[in-house]
Amino acid sequence: MTDTSLSTQESILTSTARDWSSDMTTFKGVPWGKAMMWIFLLSDTFIFTCFLVGYMVMRMTVTEAWPVASEVFALTVWGVSVPLLLIAIMTFILITSSGTMAMAVNMGYQRRKWAVFWLMLATALLGASFVGMQCFEWYKLIAEESIRPWGNPMGAPQFGSIFFMVTGFHGLHVSAGVVYLTIVAIRIVRGKYDHTNFEIVEIVGLYWHFVDLVWVFIFAFFYLW
Amino acid sequence: MATEGQQHPIKIYFLIWLLLFVFSFFSYLVDYLDLQGNLRWFLIVVFMLLKAGFIVAIFMHMKWERFALIFGILTPPLALVVLMFLMAIESDYAWSTRVVYMGEEVAKKPQPPAHHKKAEEGKDH
Repeated sequence: MTDTSLSTQESILTSTARDWSSDMTTFKGVPWGKAMMWIFLLSDTFIFTCFLVGYMVMRMTVTEAWPVASEVFALTVWGVSVPLLLIAIMTFILITSSGTMAMAVNMGYQRRKWAVFWLMLATALLGASFVGMQCFEWYKLIAEESIRPWGNPMGAPQFGSIFFMVTGFHGLHVSAGVVYLTIVAIRIVRGKYDHTNFEIVEIVGLYWHFVDLVWVFIFAFFYLW
Repeated sequence: MATEGQQHPIKIYFLIWLLLFVFSFFSYLVDYLDLQGNLRWFLIVVFMLLKAGFIVAIFMHMKWERFALIFGILTPPLALVVLMFLMAIESDYAWSTRVVYMGEEVAKKPQPPAHHKKAEEGKDH
């Protein structure tokens, strides 16, 4: 573990005030790429939260019944209807991909390039399979349960629009993450980052864990609520 | 200034990985066991916040970052919490105007899913 504080004598407030009043580097000891990724993720947090607050407003104001989630998202396996089965599998896949990503970051700081490559590729493949399952879920909702952004047979017509927008925006983030992971993994084995401390793996990791983080909230509010 | 990487024993990642699985399983169980009312909301929110906290603190290394970064990233979302409360109050009002002044009928409580219905029928006999 690394001690990132400059001086142990200073209080946390004094050192933070000193960090922010210095003319050059605010986040000391943090690579600029990582600071920028954090700030990007902060702005993304605002976008996703505004979507989720919009969803909350819709659900609180509709007077029609909201479709029952565990019925809409049930999957029939061998004639038995299991609620949320596909979503549970998708959740576990995303958590697993977060785990392989954390391993990749660890291997990166040990400069084990091929381990990083394979772990990042595994993460990207798990992410791609997540998107694939989401496509299957959307297909089922649109083709079989005839849910549309402007209406559905189960209840409140707002359900489709907010559901497709939020899960679609998250799916777009996962897809972009798969591309990002693949590009960085290839660049690593080609030696593009050999002159650095391999912090790029940690930066990609931040993005990927954020995608998992957003899913935690979507899972709770759209599927369990 | 040396830019130190975040390096931690691999054991802690496995531990958090396992915890995330366990919490996800429990939140799935909340739905499967069909818990309702305040208990349901409480458990869903607790498991959600625990998962989110562990991802940010350990996987995203926030726990070990310098305080200037922690403070800079984690305080702005408090504005979102305020937004959430404001919108909740506003939605409550909008709902009441729809019901009271526009005469919209409030829908009946949605029917429980089929697999729960069977269980309930069984209880009656």
